[in-house]
Amino acid sequence: MASVLILGAASDMAIALADVYAAKGYDVMLAARNCNRLSNLASDLKIKYNVNTVLAEFDALKFESHKEFFESLHPKPDITICVFGYLGDQEKGMEDWKEAENIIHTNYTGAVSILNIVAAHYAKEGKGSIAGISSVAGERGRQSNYLYGSAKAGFTAYLSGLRNRMTQHNVHVLTVLPGFVYTSMTEHLQLPPLLTAHPEDVAKSVYKAIAKRKNVIYVKWFWRWIMLIIKLIPEFVFKKMKL
Amino acid sequence: MKKKIANWGNYPVMESDELSFRFKDQVKRIIGGKKNFIPRGNGRCYGDASLADTTISTLKYNRIIEFNTETGVFECESGLTLDKILDVIVPKGWFLPVTPGTKFITVGGAVGSDVHGKNHHSEGSFSNHIIEMKVLTADGNEITCSKTQNPDLFAATCGGMGLTGLVTTVKFQLKKIETSYIRQKQVKAKNLDEILKLFSEYSHYTYSMAWIDCLTRGENFGRSILTVGEHAKLDELPEKFKKNPLAVHGKKKITFPFNLPSWVLNSFTVKAFNFLYYGKNFKKEINNIVPYEPFFYPLDAILHWNRGYGKKGFVQYQFVLPLTAKEGLVEILNRISEKKMGSFLVVLKVFGKQDDLISFPSEGYTLAMDFPVRKGLFEFLDELDQIVLKYNGRLYMSKDARMKPEMLEKGYPRLEEFKAIVKKYNPDFKFRSVQSDRLALTKNN
Repeated sequence: MASVLILGAASDMAIALADVYAAKGYDVMLAARNCNRLSNLASDLKIKYNVNTVLAEFDALKFESHKEFFESLHPKPDITICVFGYLGDQEKGMEDWKEAENIIHTNYTGAVSILNIVAAHYAKEGKGSIAGISSVAGERGRQSNYLYGSAKAGFTAYLSGLRNRMTQHNVHVLTVLPGFVYTSMTEHLQLPPLLTAHPEDVAKSVYKAIAKRKNVIYVKWFWRWIMLIIKLIPEFVFKKMKL
Repeated sequence: MKKKIANWGNYPVMESDELSFRFKDQVKRIIGGKKNFIPRGNGRCYGDASLADTTISTLKYNRIIEFNTETGVFECESGLTLDKILDVIVPKGWFLPVTPGTKFITVGGAVGSDVHGKNHHSEGSFSNHIIEMKVLTADGNEITCSKTQNPDLFAATCGGMGLTGLVTTVKFQLKKIETSYIRQKQVKAKNLDEILKLFSEYSHYTYSMAWIDCLTRGENFGRSILTVGEHAKLDELPEKFKKNPLAVHGKKKITFPFNLPSWVLNSFTVKAFNFLYYGKNFKKEINNIVPYEPFFYPLDAILHWNRGYGKKGFVQYQFVLPLTAKEGLVEILNRISEKKMGSFLVVLKVFGKQDDLISFPSEGYTLAMDFPVRKGLFEFLDELDQIVLKYNGRLYMSKDARMKPEMLEKGYPRLEEFKAIVKKYNPDFKFRSVQSDRLALTKNN
């Protein structure tokens, strides 16, 4: 049976993805920190969909452990989805390097470290799909969250380059740019309902996009246009805006 | 962030900070914090039982831990809703041991309200089928309890409206079924005497309830339709159902799109509805095989049907009177028809024996009815309270948004014992709701 590896499996989006893939009959590998706390999730998927589940210990910030982590997976997943991320606190990050470092390493460095390893394996095999959950925040830096945004911008560029390189190896790379999503990460924010997706929407879109080997998706279609407009605003205007 | 929340009656509405969790360590952190709160599931109780300044939503804590398809033992996290459980268990030949009239409630809510269903007289309330459960109490400890293990905590948690702590996981026994269909019988009764007679005549049926018209007076006072049923056996199914005898039903839904203006419901429209509802069964008796969905959850087919009562919302009034208090039933129905305060669906049921610490059901007649919130309603309900008390009855806390503390005290003879257990596990009243404050359950005295 085909299998999917979900990196950062404890988040709302990851749990929704696990559900969608298990419902389609995929075996699911759930990788996260303190992965034992996901044991109920694993039993839930097994009972509901009669699929195999694996819990794997994975810490995005322990780069040196990534190789061993991926080598320990048997069989290797057909699809790898990189979901982990850290919104962090922009203000805190400006003063406290630990916070800034955490934002950058979780959203960018950690993702690059593990996906390099996964991509190398897929290239050798001549097949496989990689999806990265990046963010529209990476499309233009805004004063309210440019630490997060710049790390995601790096991740988006990485995925784009990876796709370019992997195409010759028949490996598919998908960039996912969700706009606002109702998750624990955004629970404290007042989000515009029309522009905000549910984790289940994201999961379904990702599933479809991987099946159709799409390159870049926005989850709610109008985000593409919103971001286009935001990107078109001339810098001399943009720099004075409160965003 | 504060959000406007209300339960199913849309009354009262309040601003609340809703915290949610996916994992046990997260909820432990919330409980270890400084705030007071009440656990909240899908908000399908009617009044203010799961409202507070801060609520802990269990909806993301919703996974199945165990489902033994041989023995029917089922264990899950408390935020899982019954509709999700049915999707999984029905195709394997199992059913919920007890279900209320909606499947959109969580298992935690089923425990906190100790819900009952059409089978109360034969199989008891939800707590009767719990093997064991875990409760996270105010000190951050997770305590396993059952009828034999920590029985005080178990008794005060079943029907205890979340005041002992947050139910994390529940293990309960499912019921074996051969098909997902119900062999249903509907019998018309001309008046109250007849329906009460029918209830005892058909008491051997596992499931029974009646719709009762509370606006017609004279010799047709209390005309009703009794519905009884059994899970259909495979050989009872018509050929067309035999291909997929364990089909899951009820996936098609319509949504009530907006709040009806509150004047739409008046004694004329309710009378017309009752006339049609009673008249739709031409024959005295109808026997048929129906899917479980319309039998158990007729209103779930219309999402947000509560909007039919308008923006101001409604309260549901549910009481139980002992079997000896038939006159009480007559007196209350009389008052309702006099006041022309009738509601669409008034449900009558006979409860079997139950004598728990704080659970609502006890042997007798229970009547549940909706009243749109309007001027004079609360005074009227206070009057009904007096009649309920006169006949040694009590009200259901899960439906309540307005009763006075005395009403609770007089209706629940073991209330002091309940309060003492709440005090033991929740000494600083960290778990408290608008309702528990109103009913003086979480007050130091």
